[in-house]
Amino acid sequence: MKLEKKDIEHIANLARLELSEAELKKYGGQLSDVLSYVDQLQEVNTDDVEPTAQVTGLENVWQEDKIEIWDDAERKNTLKQAPKIEKNQIKVKRVLK
Amino acid sequence: MKLNQLTIKQAQEKLEKKEISSVELTEACFERIKEIDDKVKACITVCEKEAMEWARKADRRRESGEQGELLGIPYIAKDNILTKGIKTTDASKILENYIAPYDATIIRRLKKAGAVLLAKANLDEFAHGASTENSVFDTSHNPWDFERVPGGSSGGSAAAVAADMCLFALGTDTGGSIRHPAGFCGVNGLKPSYGRSSRFGLIAMTSSTDVPGPITKTAEDASSVLKTIAGKDKHDATTLDAVIPNYQKEINKDIKGLKIGLPQEYFDEGLNDDVKKVIDQAIVKYKDFGAEIVDISLPHTKYGVAAYYIITPSEISSNLARFDGIRFGYTNLDGKTLEEIYKKSRGEGFGPEVKRRIMLGTYTLSAGYFDAYYLQAQKVRTIIKEEMDQAFAKVDVLLTPTSPHIAFKIGEQSDNPLSMYLEDVFMVGASLAGLSAISIPAGFSRNMPVGMHLIGPRLGEGKIFQVANIFQQNTDFHLKKPEL
Repeated sequence: MKLEKKDIEHIANLARLELSEAELKKYGGQLSDVLSYVDQLQEVNTDDVEPTAQVTGLENVWQEDKIEIWDDAERKNTLKQAPKIEKNQIKVKRVLK
Repeated sequence: MKLNQLTIKQAQEKLEKKEISSVELTEACFERIKEIDDKVKACITVCEKEAMEWARKADRRRESGEQGELLGIPYIAKDNILTKGIKTTDASKILENYIAPYDATIIRRLKKAGAVLLAKANLDEFAHGASTENSVFDTSHNPWDFERVPGGSSGGSAAAVAADMCLFALGTDTGGSIRHPAGFCGVNGLKPSYGRSSRFGLIAMTSSTDVPGPITKTAEDASSVLKTIAGKDKHDATTLDAVIPNYQKEINKDIKGLKIGLPQEYFDEGLNDDVKKVIDQAIVKYKDFGAEIVDISLPHTKYGVAAYYIITPSEISSNLARFDGIRFGYTNLDGKTLEEIYKKSRGEGFGPEVKRRIMLGTYTLSAGYFDAYYLQAQKVRTIIKEEMDQAFAKVDVLLTPTSPHIAFKIGEQSDNPLSMYLEDVFMVGASLAGLSAISIPAGFSRNMPVGMHLIGPRLGEGKIFQVANIFQQNTDFHLKKPEL
């Protein structure tokens, strides 16, 4: 699978990554190489094989839906990580036009 | 012997007899870090003030009669493991100044046991790599040869243990990231079974294979650390509610009649002759110890890397969506819209390999390609897992080389992502199947360490400790130190 520049641009947009021209060029070749390599999986016969998403065998791990009060210092330190805070809320650009 | 060179077991005995204090032990480690780390570059952040405080506290606990295998033992943690109040950068620009508000579960458990955190270790950015060359800060150097990589992604952790900067270190392993650098640096690296130790507070990568584990000077030491960090955690629903055995008891058992399987596919062409020779010699030793050596076949081994490098980027592209420049981490607020802020923050904050993996995963999960890539990889994962599970019906453990060659030179393959991915060839199988596995020093080639890889069943850590321990009781490869 050969990825063209427009493919890389499309993927980068889906992934919300701003890339330079040099990056677009470089990643195109590198990702095409990796995709050619992983293409060998197509030779494996997987008829009637179930996919594996996890290996623990665990199903439905429950716990009580209980509110735990967060340590105030931890909460404040967490909010402090955000670049813009207003009235104890994280401020972002408008979402709706 | 200097205090920083001690194993956990040796230090613990001396602490118990009051021959040494944790403060002295911790000071010896910092002395070593200051002496050597400008050359090894294993540490990103050193937290001396806090560590000395923890060491004094450990001494007080011991004074008041408390005992414990890790009480007062100094260690270093890979910098993708959250530590409250101490920077966790993940070797990335996007988290360069990030200070976690809470501890990872394994850090919390080590604190409770009284272990002393000295520093945060270098790694490939976001643990994406096999050399530490993807770190935004520095490349760590292999203590056995500064021109060579320590392996990765837990390269700083392995180099720190090999250079005696600490008594043990923590790493994380999704496809070889503990075992690979342990092999390259001549130390012991345990990847516990998936779910054995909690992922809560690890910066997410490949969530379905990721597991934290110890890097130590002996296999026996690895069992002490595992005992402390293992077990169910309500914050990680994938942790297993299984008994933690008394590894100390299992480790000294005789291995007469124990069956060691040699998967032929791991000894094929591509394996360096010197490495093969070292592993063959180890196999002869196991015959002498009374083990039964059994040839087996795992025909789907060759598809492991391909399956892993679809599953891993897919999970990464999803996990790393949280880095959006809004709540924490690097941000570029110049964008006019929310979307522009995302794109600029991520484009400037992530390094090349992280971007490649995010894009690869975005592609393999995207409409029209999902079935051909991600779903097919998950099905191949099933085949690999079943094949390995069936092997454990015939043998107790599998023995393979950790890597097909010794540590490569810095810069040798840093421009070729695919060849870096192939570094994981012998290790991804155990990760995809969630098995327990350890790399231990098996010998040397051209004065560089060669790692031997022992794979056990899920929750079979006791078995691999036992097989590793008898080797270390009868050889001294694990005691050899690099000349620095």
